[in-house]
Amino acid sequence: MLSVQNVSKTFGGFRALQGVSFEVREGEFVGLIGPNGSGKTTLFNCISGALGPSGGSIRFRGEEIAGLTPDAICHRGIARTFQIPRPFRKLSILENVALAAHFGHMTREPDAVARSRAKDVLRLVGLPADGEARPGLLGAAGLKKLELARALATGPKLLLADETLGGLDLEEIRQAADTLRRIRDEMGITIIWVEHIMATLMRVVDRVVVLDHGEKIAEGAPRAMAEDPKVIEAYLGEKIALG
Amino acid sequence: MKRPLAILGLALLAVFPWLPLGPARLYILHVAILILIWGIVGTAWSLMGRFGLVSLGHGAFLGVGAYTTTLLWNFWGISPWLTTPLAVGAAVLLALVLGYPCFRFRVVGHYFALVTLALGEVIRLLIIAERDWTGGSLGLTLKDAGAFNPWAIQFADKRIFYLIALGVWLVGLWVWWRVDRSMTRSALEAIGEDETAAASIGIPVTRFKLRITLLSAGLTAVGGVLYAQYLTYLNPGVLAGIGVSLQIVFAVVLGGMYTLLGPTVGTALTIALSEYLRVAFGVKLLGMADTIYGLVLILIIIFLPAGLYGGLKELVLRRAAPARVVRAPSG
Repeated sequence: MLSVQNVSKTFGGFRALQGVSFEVREGEFVGLIGPNGSGKTTLFNCISGALGPSGGSIRFRGEEIAGLTPDAICHRGIARTFQIPRPFRKLSILENVALAAHFGHMTREPDAVARSRAKDVLRLVGLPADGEARPGLLGAAGLKKLELARALATGPKLLLADETLGGLDLEEIRQAADTLRRIRDEMGITIIWVEHIMATLMRVVDRVVVLDHGEKIAEGAPRAMAEDPKVIEAYLGEKIALG
Repeated sequence: MKRPLAILGLALLAVFPWLPLGPARLYILHVAILILIWGIVGTAWSLMGRFGLVSLGHGAFLGVGAYTTTLLWNFWGISPWLTTPLAVGAAVLLALVLGYPCFRFRVVGHYFALVTLALGEVIRLLIIAERDWTGGSLGLTLKDAGAFNPWAIQFADKRIFYLIALGVWLVGLWVWWRVDRSMTRSALEAIGEDETAAASIGIPVTRFKLRITLLSAGLTAVGGVLYAQYLTYLNPGVLAGIGVSLQIVFAVVLGGMYTLLGPTVGTALTIALSEYLRVAFGVKLLGMADTIYGLVLILIIIFLPAGLYGGLKELVLRRAAPARVVRAPSG
């Protein structure tokens, strides 16, 4: 479904990504991990079009998308959430999501359809669907949910979820991970998930890609990655017990 | 409850010139026409301004509009009915040349304001430099076509001009209202807040910013044409450049750019205030009128950031329904 080939990105003299390659199959749930500054978010930015890659190719459903504008990539079926939530604070919660439902598809949805779809998505992520309130009223967990709802409302085939658990408490983490799994299982949306909370991530995903210093250092099943000495050295620090 | 009020207001506006206005009738009518014309321009500016696209160069579009129809009339006698679309087209083209590179390469905020500021000056200097056919800084007089000439849109009777200006002003309000009611408004608000996030949910950022800029420029040009037809004298200092561009911005900021009538109310206030101060001070205490004008402006910007009209409206709404979440007010 998604084929990243030899992608690199440089900022001035700094190489944020160097020759990263991996594939994601339809319906897969892939974890993307690595230490801070290893290039995870830069990779998301390249795939979603927020940044143009300096080299390499990104193919989505057989079509080259590297260098397309973010809105064009969104219309092709890739949605992303932001690590630090970026809600539109002047719009209501419902409008935030309805806007994504209206503009996110190849052909624009009528207002009424967009609104009702937005309400469905808000219910799915666990936010009140009347939604006239502003995002300013939401706490950290609520903003993460809104971020996810906005991305889902664009009707993606592939979701790039960037640290959806940051700043959440244990119960919220369990719920959020559960929501992601349902998005994949019930809606059939392929997911690439960047996350630092390893125990949770490893339990949910099918496969893990590990980045370090802008390079892919390992890739495989969660259990194998948790025991891979390279991954432990670069990132995990110690073995994690998987339940 | 609101509809009968609006209809009553419109009816009043329509018969206004025929009301007994006293000995200063012509002067009052003149000020009213000026308010309507500048109200159109202010409304056009706020189409962009309310979304954070601050233009300090709308004088350019005003001037291009006014000079296009006037020059074509003076040189070839082509009716402004035919050349107004050309004037609008020219302003829109200018906006495209300005907007596309700015939006494509993400020239935003202060930088965008500076680019537009330069544009206004460039047009002013161009008009001055091409003095052989534009009249340069001496200005340009519209060729007289008689006291009542619909083909040339020239009328000695101010009431006719009043009605024309009223009609165009209503069209301007209608455009503003249509934008306010559409998904476009939400999209532009999202773009104004966070372009990256807006693009990530599929909003074509460049196209949307460009579209609203072209609309604003076109409507401003119509205001310029009206100005030229009414006053029959054009001057680059009044119709292009920094002075007039800032005057438009001040009026809109004063009235409030987030409400339908805000720009017009602001325009009315600035014109009324400057006319009043001009009459009150005359030639005594030179500069006092401008000082008071400036002070009032600063006070309003500090204490009523939503503008005079917008601020008062918000206050009234809040009192009427204390628990209601205050939306960006409209209408």
